[in-house]
Amino acid sequence: MGLQGYLLVSAILFGIGAFGFMARRNAILMLISIELMLNAVNLSLVAFNAYGPPGSPAGAIFALLVMAVAAAEATVGLALVIAIIRTRKTAEVDQYADLKE
Amino acid sequence: MMVCFGTLAGMYALLGAPIVAAAQVLIYLGAISVLILFAIMLTQAGDANLPRPFHPQVWVAGLVALIIVGLIGYAVTQTDWHAAVAVTAISVETIATALFTDYALPFEILSLLLLVAIIGAIYLARRPEDDEGAN
Repeated sequence: MGLQGYLLVSAILFGIGAFGFMARRNAILMLISIELMLNAVNLSLVAFNAYGPPGSPAGAIFALLVMAVAAAEATVGLALVIAIIRTRKTAEVDQYADLKE
Repeated sequence: MMVCFGTLAGMYALLGAPIVAAAQVLIYLGAISVLILFAIMLTQAGDANLPRPFHPQVWVAGLVALIIVGLIGYAVTQTDWHAAVAVTAISVETIATALFTDYALPFEILSLLLLVAIIGAIYLARRPEDDEGAN
């Protein structure tokens, strides 16, 4: 399993994440899908780094930075979702349509 | 989801990036999964089953996702990766040195972002009744 295999796994993972984000209507599951897409990008970064010029740590560092950003995003996103569910009593994003003015 | 994250950690270890694998286990398996589980338990106690889990236009989403996967897969399989020969392991020391010399500015910006995220999450998750400084 060479670079192609890793990249294909990454593409499939990204596709699953994109499908989940577009198709599911539960806010928390949409956040999980975003995490899945970020993981796919991370995997392709690390794969390119491993098969690229030897000794360069750029891909691994980018992956670590993406991970930290994903953690921050998940924290704030879940806090937002919990706050909005507390007021709306539902997790379905179609019910949030009256947020627009 | 947790199985997927754990498998990804194994793939990072295979790719010669043990520090990324360790961070994956710590952050995703340890932190984000537990966070999501807490959110699910907090929110879905009452209505466990939504009326319809999928959007009515679910087939459009499936089509778009398939197109994305197909395009990326086509690009990946048609490209000649002539440089792809061997996996070169990266030592933790190399990553640490680069992180604090060449990538010092992104590192500091990231710490600032995490601080902002912490403050924002505390502000958002607070109950409105606590406004008068109960604790």
